Amino acid sequence: MEVPILKQGPFLIATIQAALSDADLEQLRTALVNQAVRYRSLGVIVDVTAMDVMDSFASRMLLTISRMIRLRGADTVIVGIQPDVAFAMVQLGLTLEDIPTALDLEEGLAYLQQRCRNSS
Amino acid sequence: MSDPVEMNISSDMDVVRARQEGRSKALLIGFSVSEATLIATAISELARNIVSYAGEGVVALQAVQTGSRSGLVIVAADKGPGIANVSLALRDGYSSSGGLGLGLPGVRRLMDEFDLVSAPGRGTTVTVKKWRPRM
Repeated sequence: MEVPILKQGPFLIATIQAALSDADLEQLRTALVNQAVRYRSLGVIVDVTAMDVMDSFASRMLLTISRMIRLRGADTVIVGIQPDVAFAMVQLGLTLEDIPTALDLEEGLAYLQQRCRNSS
Repeated sequence: MSDPVEMNISSDMDVVRARQEGRSKALLIGFSVSEATLIATAISELARNIVSYAGEGVVALQAVQTGSRSGLVIVAADKGPGIANVSLALRDGYSSSGGLGLGLPGVRRLMDEFDLVSAPGRGTTVTVKKWRPRM
């Protein structure tokens, strides 16, 4: 299940649409980083609204994506973590450390736009 | 009471299948969506340990009823290398404090009961239970 990546101005939006295997997550990481380089993106949004489970592998992969994108001088925002998923993550002891999160796509875009304005 | 389910686990696709099966079974026997998510997350961790450390194994799901309590039992078993230091595997070490990074302390927190049987060369069997809250 490949995750579609949409280019929206200076930003990339990856919308996860179904449960992802570990290989799918690795593929997403590679595709996002490649596209961020190709388009000189300033920010990346990963929409996880449709994710049924966020386990240790998925969290680690999102952290890796965020760090790689950071090295390119861009920001990553995770949007749409469902309340039940958040509850399970906390119980499991997972955090997304310093990756910014937002309620939904709209808020995520607003966050990135704000960051761009502040740095220009 | 629904029939037991046994799933062979040998790839990352099996991990996804196992946790989806676990979620639907949990919902079927009356767990809330929130509890079903905890159960699915625990299954995902246990099944991934099988793939990562043993290559292959089995995850079994069984609804249980004892007295007034009902719940779900999950058994994740493999014939892999086993765990030499079980207490180290159960130490919370997700970041760096010396656990084995198997996610087992987290799984223990997600579930109500947790049992681990393992020895070097003899495989690993993790049995966890989640009880439905009493009405």
